[in-house]
Amino acid sequence: MSELPTPDLLYSDVEEDLRASVRDLLTDQASPAALLARVETAEPYDLKLWKTLAADLGAAGLMVPEELGGHGASARETAVVLEELGRSVAPVPFLGSAVLATSALLAAGGSVAAELLPRLAAGELTGALAVPLSTAPGAAFPATVSVNGDGTLSGRAGTVVDASVAELLVVPATGPDGPGLYAVEASAAQVTELVSLDLTRRVADVELDHAAARLVVSGAAAQAALDTALTTAAGLLASEQTGLTEWALTTTVTYLKARYQFGRPVGGFQSLKHRLANLYTDLVNARATARYAADALAGGFDVPIAVAVAQARVAPIAVHAVEEAIQLHGGIGMTWEHPAHLFLKRAKSDELAFGTPGRHRARLADLVDLPA
Amino acid sequence: MTPDDLRAQVAGFLAAHDPKTTERLEFLRARYDAGLAWVHFPEGLGGQGAARALQPVVDRAFAAAGAPDNDPRRIGIGLGMAAPTILAFGTEEQRTRFLRPLWTGEEVWCQLFSEPGAGSDLAALATRAVRDGDDWVVTGQKVWTSGAHNSQWAILVTRTDPDVPKHQGMTYFMCDMTAPGVEVRPLRQITGEAEFNEVFLTGVRIPDSQRLGAVGEGWKVAQTTLMNERVAIGGNALPREGGLIGMVSKTWRERPELRTPELRDRLVQHWVEAESLRLAASRLRQQLTAGAPGPEGSAMKVAFSELNQKLTGLEIELLGEEGLRYDDWTLRRPEKVDFLGREAGYRYLRAKGNSIEGGTSEVLRNIISERVLGLPSEPRVDKDVAWKDLPR
Ligand SMILES: Cc1cc2nc3c(=O)[nH]c(=O)nc-3n(C[C@H](O)[C@H](O)[C@H](O)COP(=O)(O)OP(=O)(O)OC[C@H]3O[C@@H](n4cnc5c(N)ncnc54)[C@H](O)[C@@H]3O)c2cc1C
Repeated sequence: MSELPTPDLLYSDVEEDLRASVRDLLTDQASPAALLARVETAEPYDLKLWKTLAADLGAAGLMVPEELGGHGASARETAVVLEELGRSVAPVPFLGSAVLATSALLAAGGSVAAELLPRLAAGELTGALAVPLSTAPGAAFPATVSVNGDGTLSGRAGTVVDASVAELLVVPATGPDGPGLYAVEASAAQVTELVSLDLTRRVADVELDHAAARLVVSGAAAQAALDTALTTAAGLLASEQTGLTEWALTTTVTYLKARYQFGRPVGGFQSLKHRLANLYTDLVNARATARYAADALAGGFDVPIAVAVAQARVAPIAVHAVEEAIQLHGGIGMTWEHPAHLFLKRAKSDELAFGTPGRHRARLADLVDLPA
Repeated sequence: MTPDDLRAQVAGFLAAHDPKTTERLEFLRARYDAGLAWVHFPEGLGGQGAARALQPVVDRAFAAAGAPDNDPRRIGIGLGMAAPTILAFGTEEQRTRFLRPLWTGEEVWCQLFSEPGAGSDLAALATRAVRDGDDWVVTGQKVWTSGAHNSQWAILVTRTDPDVPKHQGMTYFMCDMTAPGVEVRPLRQITGEAEFNEVFLTGVRIPDSQRLGAVGEGWKVAQTTLMNERVAIGGNALPREGGLIGMVSKTWRERPELRTPELRDRLVQHWVEAESLRLAASRLRQQLTAGAPGPEGSAMKVAFSELNQKLTGLEIELLGEEGLRYDDWTLRRPEKVDFLGREAGYRYLRAKGNSIEGGTSEVLRNIISERVLGLPSEPRVDKDVAWKDLPR
């Protein structure tokens, strides 16, 4: 194998500062009790928190260059925000808007993107990418939305993440001239909120019936922009999954130190200590793997392999960690009042998002030449 | 110090010492003296106080030039365990005397820690060292000593005070393996060969100048060795697809007739784990730039052992008919552990030791859960009891 650039797998001081401010905000505004109180209300997303995160902390514009109104940071910093969002399962449309829609427009380029990106970066506008959340990088260009003769769009896309709170939809559609990415105002579409497995991340069906649309990019470049968005999101999701894993481990350790049975803290029993040591080992692996994916995305090297490895490895670690957290909490872990279920729902949905681990393994096998 | 600075230094060194015409030992000694042996060691001791993470840059540049290497697998215990301990606890004289021939491989080291009655519970050890003038007189038995038959020197932990609790009464030495009273007997292992040994120490005289650390502080010194051991075992700086996973992947590519869908999915899973572990090991090295290894090394060692065992098991299954054969059961006394130079059956059997040597996976999980996660420790029955009064 050829030599790759030496990756930087640590966190810079700037990244640690960013983490601290995001964590402060989320500790204050997205406590587990507040989340639980919110999930079944008419306002399951906290749009005030989203504005603070996106606009005041500048999290929405991290990947956007300064000339387009962003912070000119990179996927590395965005990954740090996602780690914190994973640790708190905060109900904000960061993935749909700041990752998916933003990456698609950044990769597309052109004047429509240049007009929309500063508004997304500033948190004035919330976006969503109209493909099912389960779509994997490398998937065929979606054929469910078509371009009509008059340039409007018709068709549908199911389980679109964050569409129900988005003002802007970035829609892949196919017309007589082949594939294209289009910008559609959400008010021109019919967006139906679905009941989501993940209580803190919303999905919706998007129905388009002769919806007015502006072409962002067409042809092979549209296909490439969509793929970049899905690849970026899949790679960065590993950081959210690392955050979920970290939550599961630290919460369970704290609980098992305090919970007494048989006259001792149950955390002193070796079978449980060993399971937690295994989770720690998994976390060490998850963090390094997710950091590598973020660094590769930021530097533009080794991206397909880094992303496939990240999803194949980190997604199952997060699911397993939260499953262990629930088991080791005993009865309380099974209750609605304990937040563990919010993390399980997020971890399991994340495992399906942008392709399952099995799909990523199959893709990786092709990339590294392990033929069937 | 940047990677480019170091590459320039290596280039300058190679210009002055052509690897094709310079004698091997002369080359290695000069490399040590130039501070290009282990760049994170201090100046004058083979290094230049650079970041530890930069070492692979230097190693790769020398390897690319076809320079002789110092054979780290043969001298692994010296490099991985003895050297960092001597650096941390040795006097200036000890460091100067021992580190250079250790690095060049002129003096090979082994580790006289485990005893028949003290394995995981190393602090229970019974080998006695009694002061006699300027010397110590050592008597006891060690076991599972890798490479003792091949070593000039050993790091050795002994009991010097049986009347205090077990962790307090130990003292650490450097033992000359050619000294009178040292007897090495081969101990045959699961693979057929005798890579490790029993070592009997009978009235061995060790000058006090070969003591590392203070009298009674042997446990503290041994901790440094053990932490470094875990990093040395689990924190290898391999390239992608380096080591075992590369070997199995190569077989997979070259032998389409062996493939089944089930084996492929397992292979790809292991490939992913190997890559993830490689990244975690390099992240650990980046964290270690200056400081001492932390207990994270234990996590790497646990993960590395498990992966090696799964992978070597898969390799035999993949080979089918060939997997039924073994390369050589002859009782041999190998110079080094040659994981990649032997065949699949050997690898499968030898990998079973990975989760035992250098601390078992169970003991390492105890360490992680107590020292990293802060979980309560096991109830202790031996805490305030003098070593001599412990049940055994
Ligand atoms: C290939 C190989 C090379 C070696 N080379 C060297 C060497 O060069 N120098 C040297 O000094 N030693 C060497 N060793 C010895 C090695 O360090 C010991 O074998 C190891 O520390 C375990 O000790 P033990 O064999 O006495 O097992 P024991 O301590 O008797 O353990 C038996 C079982 O009990 C478990 N166990 C023990 N205590 C606990 C606990 N508190 N909690 C849970 N489970 C526990 C163990 O995990 C193990 O499964 C080598 C061993 C091997 C296999």
